[in-house]
Amino acid sequence: MSDVVNDTKIPNNVDLSSDKKLQRALEAWQPNFINWWLEMGPEGFQQDQVWLRTAISVDSDGWAHFDYVKMPDYRWGIFLADKVPDRKIHFGDNIGQPVWNEVPGEHRNTLRRLIVTQGDTEPASVEQQRLLGQTCPSLYDLRNLFQVNVEEGRHLWAMVYLLHSYFGRDGREEAEALLQRRSGDPDKPRILGAFNAPCENWLSFFMFTYFTDRDGKYQLLALAESGFDPLSRTTRFMLTEEAHHMFVGESGVQRIIERTAQLMKQAGMSEDVRKLGGIDLPTIQKYLNLWYTLSLDLFGGEVSSNAASFFAAGLKGRAFEEKNYTEHTALNQSYTLDKYEAGKLSREEIALRNAMNEVLRDNYVEDSQRGLDKWNRVLEKEGIDFRFKLPSRRFHRHIGMWADVPVTPAGEIISREEFEKRKSEWLPTAEDEAYVKSLMTTPVYEKGKMANWIAPPARGIKGQPVDYEYVRHNV
Amino acid sequence: MIDVMDPVAFETHPDRYKHWKLDLTDASSGIARLIMDVQEDHGLRSDYVLKQNSYDLGVDVELADAVQRIRFEHPEVRAIVFSSAKDRIFCSGANIYMLGSSSHAFKVNFCKFTNETRLYLEDASSESGIKSIAALNGVAAGGGYELALACDEIYLQEDGNSAVSLPECPLLAVLPGTGGLTRLVDKRKVRRDHADVFSTVAEGIKGKRAKEWRLVDDVIPRSKFNDTMTKRAKELADASPRAKAKGPGMPLPPLAGSRDRQGAGWIINFKYITLKIDEKKRVAELEVRGPDHDPPKSADEMRKLGPSWWAVQAFRELDAAMLDLRFNFLDVGLLVIRSKGELEKVVAHDKALASLSGSDWLAKEIALFQRRVLKRIDVTSRSLFTLIEEGSCFAGSLLEIALASDRVYMKDDEDNESGIRVQLSPANFGPLPMGNGLTRLQSRFLFEPKRAEELRGREGPMTTQDAVKAGIVTIAPDAIDWDDEVRVAIEERAAMSPDAMTGMEASLRYGGPETLETKIFGRLSAWQNWIFTRPNATGAKGALTMYGKPERPEFDWRRA
Repeated sequence: MSDVVNDTKIPNNVDLSSDKKLQRALEAWQPNFINWWLEMGPEGFQQDQVWLRTAISVDSDGWAHFDYVKMPDYRWGIFLADKVPDRKIHFGDNIGQPVWNEVPGEHRNTLRRLIVTQGDTEPASVEQQRLLGQTCPSLYDLRNLFQVNVEEGRHLWAMVYLLHSYFGRDGREEAEALLQRRSGDPDKPRILGAFNAPCENWLSFFMFTYFTDRDGKYQLLALAESGFDPLSRTTRFMLTEEAHHMFVGESGVQRIIERTAQLMKQAGMSEDVRKLGGIDLPTIQKYLNLWYTLSLDLFGGEVSSNAASFFAAGLKGRAFEEKNYTEHTALNQSYTLDKYEAGKLSREEIALRNAMNEVLRDNYVEDSQRGLDKWNRVLEKEGIDFRFKLPSRRFHRHIGMWADVPVTPAGEIISREEFEKRKSEWLPTAEDEAYVKSLMTTPVYEKGKMANWIAPPARGIKGQPVDYEYVRHNV
Repeated sequence: MIDVMDPVAFETHPDRYKHWKLDLTDASSGIARLIMDVQEDHGLRSDYVLKQNSYDLGVDVELADAVQRIRFEHPEVRAIVFSSAKDRIFCSGANIYMLGSSSHAFKVNFCKFTNETRLYLEDASSESGIKSIAALNGVAAGGGYELALACDEIYLQEDGNSAVSLPECPLLAVLPGTGGLTRLVDKRKVRRDHADVFSTVAEGIKGKRAKEWRLVDDVIPRSKFNDTMTKRAKELADASPRAKAKGPGMPLPPLAGSRDRQGAGWIINFKYITLKIDEKKRVAELEVRGPDHDPPKSADEMRKLGPSWWAVQAFRELDAAMLDLRFNFLDVGLLVIRSKGELEKVVAHDKALASLSGSDWLAKEIALFQRRVLKRIDVTSRSLFTLIEEGSCFAGSLLEIALASDRVYMKDDEDNESGIRVQLSPANFGPLPMGNGLTRLQSRFLFEPKRAEELRGREGPMTTQDAVKAGIVTIAPDAIDWDDEVRVAIEERAAMSPDAMTGMEASLRYGGPETLETKIFGRLSAWQNWIFTRPNATGAKGALTMYGKPERPEFDWRRA
C-alpha cells in the first residue's frame, strides 16, 4: 500500500488493506482532498497544533481519541457502524427482502444522487466557515470550530467511500466533483442553497451548527434506515459525530444569550446592549429566523414524487422508521397540509408517501424547538421577558409551495410591499451584519479568555479546564 | 391473452409443410411454385381455425423456410410463382381470431417476423435475382395482399370475384401491419388518394380499376391465367442474372441443438451458440463462438464444407437462437452478448467469404444470409449489451453483433497483457449493411461520416484504448471496476420499462436515411404498437375484439 493510503494513515473498519479498488480510488482522490483542505479549509491555522478528537475505531473508546494534531495531518478515517445480522428492508415496497450489500442496478442513479447530495454539504460547510477562525471568541471555540470542520471532512470521506466502493467510474468522477464545487461560487456552486449562503460571523456559525447541522441529522437518520446497507451503516456512525456539532451550536447560542442577559442587567435591564458590546436579543432572533428557514428549505418540497419513490424503493425512510412507526408501507394513508396556490389557502390531503419530506420536516421542527426552550429558560431565570420563537415554516422560504410568498414569521400572508417594508424586523439587515461583525474584529487567542459578547462555557472538553490550551496558535 | 404455450419451432422442411406446397416440377425452366393451401385445423394453437387460407405464425415459418431453401438449395430457380390451392381465395391474411386472442407482445413479434419474411422475399429478388410473381387466383385480403405486395409483380385473375383489399382499417380498426401501407405508396407508388380509398374499402378493388391504380400489374381472364403466369415467370427467369449460377445447391440440414431447463431458466445449446435464459432476472446471455476450423480456400472446399462451414452454421444457429428468444421468452428484456474464440480466425473466414462471394453465387448467398441474420438482431426489441472480455473474438462479422448492440462494454487492461482485442475485417465495410442501407460503422458515425471510412484498411487487433478511440466502445471499465460496472448496468437496464426501451432503442438504432425497410419497422413499432393497444382495437368493445360477433364495435371518437 502507498504512503498515504494505508490502515495507519486512514483508520478504518472497511478492510482497506485488502480492497484494491478502494485503495486505487483513494490514491487518486486523497492528494486532491488534501489540496482542497489546504485551499478551502480553515485559513491561517493549518500549522497549529489543535487538540482534536479522532475516530480510530467504532467501539466506544475508539471513536473519541483526543490528542494534539496539525489539521492537514488529521487522520480522516472510514467507519461503518457494525453490521446488523440478517438485516431486512423494513419499509416501502420491498419490505422483508434482505438488504442490499451491493448497489441494486435499478436504483443506482437514485442512490448516487442521494449520496452526492449529502456528501456535497460536508465540504461546503467547511468552505463556508473557513475564515471564522480569524475572529474566534476563545481558544475553546476555535477548537470546536476545527473539530466541526475536520469531522465534516470525515463525513465527506464517508460519502466518498460509498461512491468509490459502489459506483465505479461514475462514483470516482462524482467524488472528484465534490472537491471541485465551491460554496457560493456562481459558476460551480454547492448543490443546496443553504450551503452557498455566507457564514461569516460566529453568531451565524452557532445558528448554522444548531439548525443546519440538525437538517443533516435528520437526513442521516432517514438514510440510516436505508435498504442499501453500506449507506445505512455509514450514516449510523456519522450520527454520533453530528451530535457534537449541534452541541456546539446549542451551547454557543446559549452562551451568547447568557452574556447578553448579563449585559442587559448591567445596563439596568435596558435592551440596548449594543452600547456595551453585546448582541441584542432581537438581533439573535433575526439570525435564528434566517438559519432556521434556510435549513427548512433543505428538506425539499412539501409534495414530492422523488421522496415517494425513495421511500417506495426502500432507499430512504423516515427518521426512526423502525422504532417510531408500526406501519411501514405508508400506503393508503394521507397527510394533511396547508396548500397555497394562486393566492388561496386550503387544506389538502395528499398521499403519505408524497409527503415524506414534510414528515421529516415535522420531526425537525419539533426537535429544533428544544434548544429554544433551553435558551428561553436562561431568559426566564434572568427575569427577562423576551422569548425566542421559531418562525412559521411558511416564512422566508425559497423551496416548496411557500417559496417567495410574503409571509410574516407568525405565518400570516401579507402583501409584497408590506413584507419588503417590514423585512428588517425579521431578518438580519446589512446594519445588523455590520454590527455583529464589528464585535468580532479581533480574535481571542489567550488561554481561558472570552470575547466580550459571549459567556464562558460551563466546562471544558473531555475533562480539561476551560482555560486549557486547546489550540497552540503560532507556536 | 394467450401466448404460445409450447415453444414455437422455426425449423421445418418442405417434406413437413402443412400449409404450403413447394412445386419444383418446372425448376428446369427456372420456376418454382409456392402454393398456399392452409390446413384449417393445423394452427399453432387450437383456439382458432385457419379458414380461408388465413395464416398464423406456423404458416409464415414454412414460407420463410421455402424462400430460404430456394436460395440455397435450388440455384436453378430464378422465379417464384405464388398462388393458392383454394377456390376463389388466394389468401385472406393473418387470422383474426388468432390475433384477437394473442397477447400484444406476441402480436407485434408475429408482425415483425412476417415483415422479415416479406423483406427476405424482396431481398431474394434484388440481391439474388429470384423474381417473384403473385398469381392472385382469388381474393387477396389484408396480409394476403401484403404478401403480393412483397412480390415483384402482381396479377389478378378476372373472374368477377377476385379482388385485392386491405380491410384492416375499416373492419378491424388496426393497420395493415406487414408493411402494407408503406409498400403501397413507397414500392408500388400508388397515388396517395387512391391508396386512401383503397385502404378504407373493406371489400377491396378488382378488375380494371385495380390495374389503373397500380394495385396490380395486370388483370387476366381466368381461362388464360395459369398459362400467362407460367409464361411471365419464364421471362423473368430467363432475364435473371442467377441463370449463370452453377450448381449444385447446398442443402440446409436441421440444426443439432439442445434445449434444457437450467435452474430458473433455460439453456439452449448449439455448436457455435449458447443462449442462457434467466427468467428471474429477465436477462439472456448469448455466447457466440468463433471458427474451430480453417476457412475454405476455394469454391470446391466451400462446397465440401457446405452447411458445416462456420460462416453458415454459426449464423444459422444465431438466427435460431434469436427467434427462440423473441418468441419463447417475451419477458426477457436484455440480451448480454459475449464471444469466445480467435480474432484472426474470424477475420480469415470473413476474408475467404469476401473473396469467394465475388464470383460464386453460393458464397454470395452465404454473405447475404449473414446480413439477414444481423438485420434480425437490429430489429429485435430487446436491449442488447455486448461485453468484450478475455478470450473474446469480436472481429469482422462478429464485431457487427457488437456494433448492432445498444452498448458495448470492453474491459480495459491498462498493461495490455490479457489480450482483450477487437478487429476489423472486410465484413465491416459493405457486405453487411443495416436496413437503412448504411454499414453499422456508418450508422455509428452519422456526425463524422469520414470516421467509418478512415477505419477501412485498419488491420490487426485493436486494444481497448484503440477501440475506444475508434468509437467502437461505449464504456471501458478496467479490471477492478468491470464486474460491478457490468452487473449494475445489467440490473439497471433490466429494470426499465420494456415499452420505453423498445421505443427508445428502435429510434436510436436507425439514425440516418429512411428506407422502405426502416419505415416498415419504424411504423410497426410506433403506429401499429400503439393502435394495437388502443381500446378502439383491443378494448372490450374494440373492433378486433368484436370481429365476428353480432354487435358493432364502439369507438372513442377523440382523435389522438
